Amino acid sequence: MSENQAPMLEVRGLTKHFDVSPPLLNRLLNGTGKISLKAVENVDFKIPTGKTFGLVGESGCGKSTVARLVVRLYEPTAGSVNLEGVDLSGLNSREAMEPMRRKMQMIFQDPYASLNPRWRVAKIIAEPIRTHRLLSDEKEIQKRVAELLMQVSLSAADGLKFPHEFSGGQRQRISIARALASNPEFLICDEPTSALDVSVQAQILNLMKKLQRDLGLTYLFISHDLAVVYHISDFVGVMYLGRLVEWADTKSLFNQPKHPYTQMLLDAIPDLKFSGRPRTPVAGEVPSPITPPPGCSFHPRCPYATARCKTELPLPITSQSSQVACHAVEEQRL
Amino acid sequence: MNSQHDILEVNQGLIARLVDSFKRAQDSDLYYSFRRSPVIVSAFIITMIMFFAAFLAPWIAPHQTLDLKTLDLMNAYLPPAWEPNSDPNFLLGTDDQGRDILSGMMFGLRISLGVGFASVIVSAIVGTLLGLLSGYLGGRLDSFIMRVADVQLTFPAILIALLIDGIVGSLLPKAAYNELKLYVLVLAIAASQWVNFARTVRGSTLVEKNKEYVQAAKVIGVHPFWIMVRHVLPNVISPVLVIATLSLALAILTEATLSFLGVGVPPTSPSLGTLIRIGQQYLFSGEWWMTIFPSSALVILVLAVNLLGDWLRDALNPKLR
Amino acid sequence: MTTPAESNLLEVRNLRVDFQTRRGTLIAVDDVSFEIKAGEVLGVVGESGAGKSLTGAAIIGLLEPPGRISGGEVRLAGKRIDNLAQEQIRQIRGREIGMVFQDPLTSLNPLFRVGEQLIETLQTHADLDEKSARKQAIDWLTEVGIPSPEVRIDQYPHQFSGGMRQRVVIALALCANPKLIIADEPTTALDVSIQAQIISVLKRLCREYGTAVMLITHDMGVIAETADRVAVMYAGRLVEIGEARKVIQNAKHPYTLGLMGSIPTIGDTEEELRQIQGSMPRLAEIPEGCAFNPRCPNVSDRCRKNRPELQPVDESSVACWLFEDSAVPSELS
Repeated sequence: MSENQAPMLEVRGLTKHFDVSPPLLNRLLNGTGKISLKAVENVDFKIPTGKTFGLVGESGCGKSTVARLVVRLYEPTAGSVNLEGVDLSGLNSREAMEPMRRKMQMIFQDPYASLNPRWRVAKIIAEPIRTHRLLSDEKEIQKRVAELLMQVSLSAADGLKFPHEFSGGQRQRISIARALASNPEFLICDEPTSALDVSVQAQILNLMKKLQRDLGLTYLFISHDLAVVYHISDFVGVMYLGRLVEWADTKSLFNQPKHPYTQMLLDAIPDLKFSGRPRTPVAGEVPSPITPPPGCSFHPRCPYATARCKTELPLPITSQSSQVACHAVEEQRL
Repeated sequence: MNSQHDILEVNQGLIARLVDSFKRAQDSDLYYSFRRSPVIVSAFIITMIMFFAAFLAPWIAPHQTLDLKTLDLMNAYLPPAWEPNSDPNFLLGTDDQGRDILSGMMFGLRISLGVGFASVIVSAIVGTLLGLLSGYLGGRLDSFIMRVADVQLTFPAILIALLIDGIVGSLLPKAAYNELKLYVLVLAIAASQWVNFARTVRGSTLVEKNKEYVQAAKVIGVHPFWIMVRHVLPNVISPVLVIATLSLALAILTEATLSFLGVGVPPTSPSLGTLIRIGQQYLFSGEWWMTIFPSSALVILVLAVNLLGDWLRDALNPKLR
Repeated sequence: MTTPAESNLLEVRNLRVDFQTRRGTLIAVDDVSFEIKAGEVLGVVGESGAGKSLTGAAIIGLLEPPGRISGGEVRLAGKRIDNLAQEQIRQIRGREIGMVFQDPLTSLNPLFRVGEQLIETLQTHADLDEKSARKQAIDWLTEVGIPSPEVRIDQYPHQFSGGMRQRVVIALALCANPKLIIADEPTTALDVSIQAQIISVLKRLCREYGTAVMLITHDMGVIAETADRVAVMYAGRLVEIGEARKVIQNAKHPYTLGLMGSIPTIGDTEEELRQIQGSMPRLAEIPEGCAFNPRCPNVSDRCRKNRPELQPVDESSVACWLFEDSAVPSELS
């Protein structure tokens, strides 16, 4: 990862705990204390400008929460998010956040809920332009909307329709057009293709790659699908129970996964090439994030766990372009 | 501020959009289900007849019952036109002061519907606003509003209306109170109804608030006020229409009850309830028409509005379609 | 490609499912025929709207009105089951055909303990007293890999995780010893590592008990792992059917080819995924002739006018005019 320029995004020690305690009365009656859900715990990573960072993990690992922390839909409990060198937590008013909001936009998973069903498409796409006062003349705005629609391979006339007149794939294109309306530099994509059919997914992924080339965008791409992440990312991070257990550039991660969980995930992918690859049986399920196992949270499912893993949290071992948090790797047992 | 652009868009597009909406409505599932049900079509026709009768009463009523100068005591106690000893001028008979029952009903409907609509509009606006704020902002505001609503729901509507009526009556000097009586009544009935709107809108708001299009607006950086008004409100408003219809029926009934008890509309603007009360004394002494006709009108009106409300609720329910 | 009728457990011939709406009749499953032999796993794959779930629902008699079977027949072990009365279908459901659905949360009644639901099913389909039924239920929970079954049998569904619930659903489906299981997207709602576990449970038990499986899914990876044969559906029609390995590695129909090409695979070196232009037509807008013709890179005039029938090509069957010449003349199909 060349460090000639500042990374587009830098996340340090990002932590989010949710308070899921029962109401005060219940707590007094039962004598229980507050319960907190540790959704994201001490996550560090960087995304260079113009590249894609894929964040994978299973449900409950906290990847969607990371996305929302980056875009500031949630406030972090600890840690910092730096966009182009600017610390977002220092921006405490809406006015201060505004230039940042123009630069980063988000694409959501559910194509049916991410567009206001009562608004026409042109109004949906024009919203960022109007909110940031990028253009003031009505005609100019409509022209820009038409441009954006064509950029995502829809037609300008589609602006007059309502979202329900479009298919899932087309709606995601509209979401992408909306995200591009404010000329952002950084897009956070939260499982944008998980709800789509595989052939539609291919169209959307190809579109996103093309837009990245043409507009120089940086992506944070969240997904549970390793094959999709392989296809679109330059760097991949793997999360488990709120922690980033490994990240590396795509080729290295997939060819030589270091963390046992990464290896397990790669093994669980069905083999479409019938290569007869031997599969180690996968054990156990993801524990609850309210009561994570002590020490390394993966130890109950890890074939290489030792006594140390049960008590001591592994610290990340960082190298030039990768990071792993695992005792077995540290002790060079893997 | 980008609101200017939206106003521009609204004004320019309004006529075009109304025409377009009308065309879409004709083609919609709603209209289709409407046309298929003879009961609903009848209820609609009856309601429309009553609305027009009430609206046009000053011009089409056979007699001007509110104008005391036109009354003649000689006309009192006349039975309906198909009975013996009647006067064909007074189709449904007259009351104890010589007022034509039919015309009295038309003017009475005017008051009943007027008070009913006014209180529904007030309670819908207040309830929707409070529900929206409560659902979207949450926290202490939400708790407070909902507790007030809970407390209010423990009181029957009539009692609340009586309470407000009584409070205002004791606060204001008599002359002012009499002048404002109608407005107080509207307020009192509205106060007994707003909770329905608030609760439903709050529930819908809670659902919409977590949807991704609202999150997208936040990410874009739209001001929370505009998110509430432009994004959430249009999506939570359809149940309001259903509740408003059913609320109308309830409001009319509440007003009639209050007037029947003598604490509703002032005697200078008698509603159906007043007419029922006046006629009630004579029910068993022979002059049955003085009560039966206004009561029937009230029952039919409330029934028709209720049926329309029920149909609207089922027709707009996406799960049943 | 046809097999003697007696050895087929399930035979579906010219099945047609349509919906009567006020805008006309919409055909959701159009002249679909296939068979499943005892003990084999047939995958039915297609994207959303292809009609695969409706096919499964039609077979098992769970079509919701206004959907209805408007043509063809379904035979289970030689006997017709598509024209039975509700009561008779109910007998067959559970005892002869088991079901596993996508959402384990709604497949299990949240108000009943897991054991109660298992025991009830066991007692309905076999004459067992309470005690033996309970023992068998515990055995089944062990079979599907639920730890501490004696304890968990008395728990409620919400106390299980998604993957565990799906195992219970599989146990419920298998405990009456049905000959066929229809599984509709059984792993779609689960994480990929749990998916692998569930699929291995399903495979193992079905092999052990000789149960045939009709596995409906949109996920080719699941098919590759599980199915013996696969049928590819598009816009309510069957476009290709054959041995799973052959169809996946050597797809013939342009749609299947496009589908396989658009699946991202680890180790791919192509910059772009192969994409199929356009999208699956809505039910009201299915084109004349071959339903895939607007999107097909090899389209010809004939495709726009005439609908191709399934023809044997090598060892699969494909419904495509491109293969007309290599098709075997049809006294067999």
